Amino acid sequence: MSSATGIGVPLRRKEDKRFLTGRGNYVADMKLAGMVQAVFVRSPHAHALIKGIDTASVMGMDGVVAVLTGEDLATDGVGGIPCGWGITGKGGVAMKEPPHPAMAQGKVRHAGEAVAMVMAETLEQAREAAEALVVDYDPLPAAVGVLDAMHSSAPQLFDDVPGNLCYDWDVGNERATDAAFAKAAHISSISLVNNRLIPNAMEPRAAIGEFNPGTGDYTLWTTSQNPHVIKLLMGNFVLNIPQHKLRVVAPDVGGGFGVKSFHYPEETLVTWASSKIRRPVKWVCERSEGFLSDAHARDHVTTAELALDEDGKFLGLRVKTVANMGAYLSTFGPNIPSNLYGLLLAGVYTTPVIYCEVKAVFTNTLPVDAYRGAGRPEATFVLERLVDIAATEMGIAKDEIRRRNIIPKEAYPYQTPVIMEYDSGDPAGCLDKALEAADWAGFADRKAASAAEGKLRGIGLCTYIEACGLAPSRIAGRLGARAGLYESAAIRVHPTGDISVFTGSHTHGQGHETTFAQIVSEQLGVPVDKIDIVHGDTAKVQFGMGTYASRSLAVGGVALAKAGDKIIAKGKKIAAHMLEASESDIEFGGGEFRVAGTDRAKSFAEIALAAYVPHDYPLEVMEPGLEEQAFYDPVNFTFPGGAHIAEVEIDPETGVVDLVAYTAVDDVGTVINPLVVDGQIHGGIAQGVGQALFENCVYDDESGQLLSGSFMDYCMPRADDLPRMTVATHITACAHNALGVKGCGEVGTIGSPATVMNAVVDALAHLGVTHVDMPASPNRIWRIIHNAQSAMAAE
Amino acid sequence: MQIALTLNGKEVSAEVRPSLLLSEFLREQLGLTGTHVGCDTSQCGACVVHVDGVSMKSCTMLAVSAAGTAVTTIEGLAQGDVLHPMQQAFHECHGLQCGFCTPGMVMSAIEFAETTPEPTEEKARAWLEGNICRCTGYQNIIDSMLAGAAKMKSTQAGA
Repeated sequence: MSSATGIGVPLRRKEDKRFLTGRGNYVADMKLAGMVQAVFVRSPHAHALIKGIDTASVMGMDGVVAVLTGEDLATDGVGGIPCGWGITGKGGVAMKEPPHPAMAQGKVRHAGEAVAMVMAETLEQAREAAEALVVDYDPLPAAVGVLDAMHSSAPQLFDDVPGNLCYDWDVGNERATDAAFAKAAHISSISLVNNRLIPNAMEPRAAIGEFNPGTGDYTLWTTSQNPHVIKLLMGNFVLNIPQHKLRVVAPDVGGGFGVKSFHYPEETLVTWASSKIRRPVKWVCERSEGFLSDAHARDHVTTAELALDEDGKFLGLRVKTVANMGAYLSTFGPNIPSNLYGLLLAGVYTTPVIYCEVKAVFTNTLPVDAYRGAGRPEATFVLERLVDIAATEMGIAKDEIRRRNIIPKEAYPYQTPVIMEYDSGDPAGCLDKALEAADWAGFADRKAASAAEGKLRGIGLCTYIEACGLAPSRIAGRLGARAGLYESAAIRVHPTGDISVFTGSHTHGQGHETTFAQIVSEQLGVPVDKIDIVHGDTAKVQFGMGTYASRSLAVGGVALAKAGDKIIAKGKKIAAHMLEASESDIEFGGGEFRVAGTDRAKSFAEIALAAYVPHDYPLEVMEPGLEEQAFYDPVNFTFPGGAHIAEVEIDPETGVVDLVAYTAVDDVGTVINPLVVDGQIHGGIAQGVGQALFENCVYDDESGQLLSGSFMDYCMPRADDLPRMTVATHITACAHNALGVKGCGEVGTIGSPATVMNAVVDALAHLGVTHVDMPASPNRIWRIIHNAQSAMAAE
Repeated sequence: MQIALTLNGKEVSAEVRPSLLLSEFLREQLGLTGTHVGCDTSQCGACVVHVDGVSMKSCTMLAVSAAGTAVTTIEGLAQGDVLHPMQQAFHECHGLQCGFCTPGMVMSAIEFAETTPEPTEEKARAWLEGNICRCTGYQNIIDSMLAGAAKMKSTQAGA
């Protein structure tokens, strides 16, 4: 590293102090003069016609300022909430994209859908009026489960969407895959459910809209990962506000995990309402309301088959998945079970042919969209469970079957049969390191020790790869993206040499205010305490595509390095003039511009000053000032990968699964700050473990009511549910970006569900168990053990 | 109703609605927004403050019930620019990411340190039953709690 605060240093975070002293600035903390409080009236029915809303009866209540409904939206010509991806299915058939009004118009399609917006002087008054508002519904039968919704007799959500089918998409070569299966020595198969999740960032969503009648300017403060994209979607497609009249600010945001990257109806509604009542409008989501209005995640039903030769080499993979879209298409929804799923099914293996088909289906449930990992945990789960099943059936050790099929390090760049070309990686290296770190070889002794205490111990292994760093705009465009997926950065060097950095990425826990400063520190030789990272405000930052899909560093960080290159290039020109040397003789390093081979040099601060006080400056050929901007559009995705190992102990008396050990070896590319990377991986693993062992979103099959609608019903992982995790890295640099970075935000969540479930199945294998669906709750595990024992006793 | 209490070492008196929660009183009426509200069922622990030295979910208590007590919030821990040893430990151990659960975690961790003679990882994990974090996987929070407890002990011994 060239700087004491540069790349690779485990710096403590610059942003910590405000959070540790209660000085963070979250949307819910804000108060504006004249602000009213909004409360949404939400549908108690999963599917119903709205026959009437008696707004007049609550208008006279104390403090009530206004009551708005979907009809008012229609009257004002407010557009529907747009979808950011258009998936093209088999035969070139475009996905069905029914309208998504910000509040229901005539019909509600999921429990929790907003039907009216009540604004009052105080929150209590708004709540009381919302409670009193009478909405006359005519309930309809609901299509709830994803398979039920496909049935010909199922209730239909939209008149022009027969069978509730959004799209029928495929990828890969069906004929070649069939041929591979025809010559297989062995075929393993699996049927599984990838359980529906509720992401639950700890900060509930919130939004404040403010219209300034004097200037015609709008400002939206929102809990978003993605303020620039919200500005574009909401301004241009929904509210018809010119982009120069709209500012979107996402200040401190308390966790995102994908669920805050979408454009939500409430953002549109507070902004629109503020212009109608000419006062700022604030809405803060309650947690129980969040369960009913945040997008949900996962929710696949899948069958898959793996064809193998007699040596356990994979010949082909066939996957059929039905994915739940919910009642409306959320911003990225249709992209998740297609591109981010099917294109990752090769994993780290040399499987030569793959065919995957995905049917996306509308149901009377919340919209389903990206949540940490987004499609890739689902792909990994299918593949890695199937590999374990094949290993068991063929009598090949689980590490050995993976070794036989893994893509060798020398084979990169590696073209998979499902579009992706992996640029770099060493999955065998990750595997070896993980096996050693987890003492895979010593498991038998630990299993025996557990058995002596009446416990069933299992060990699980999983390799994975993910595509992140979204995305090369050209490829994303071909795959259906309706936006570019570059990132922008600007570096403003002040006359004193202090630096403000403007990034289109957003940080909501990832630590960019520190790690992005480290990148600049490394490049420009300026310590991080002289560098501030500015983000989250469209009035300050040039533009950006936001933070999701582990793209901040891999795209935004690289944009930053590109802007830094421009700063150095301009600095060299200024230095050449001041030092009376040829520009080609100027070197930059250690914070100095120096004439090569001499002691004649100007410090970075001196050059900055000269740029703003251009008394001795090449004004004839160059403008004063030292500020540069860069947009970076990657040439490929980045492909982090790794190997994870889990050990569980199951109490057969209670069915409780205790996760006793977890080891992760990840290839995340160049590490900017190891402390932050470890923290990201810990958190990612905890969320994946949550899916495997605890979390489950449950709807009543008939009524479409959300049964897991609070933290009392939806089990979030607690500190004592998790073991001390062993995390390590095994780095290969990304081959196509300047920093060699890949991304670390999602790796933990992608690898861990399959890892833990492979361990659970291993612990129960002696009972003939080959698959367990998630979550491996005590109830489910106890039943499996009990039924297996009963069956064995009966034989 | 009129209430008086000691808040972060200062006397405060205020007129409050009888139904006002302590968390609402702190956030809405006094502008102390460091205390966060992450749920509506008293599960998440983001709103933990100290009431007479005992950690308390401020969403489970009425403001009027805090009359006559000494309340400490996250804003009241640091001495000027000098962080409380537990805040410092969270910083050193990277025990926070998005910062939303952090105030409750720190307040809870301080009572853990004060009431646990021999802190261990197991005890720290059990103590956090009432605090949910979605970012960190808890590992660095646990490390922070143990490091902070050790610092608090050595600070006390030195005092």
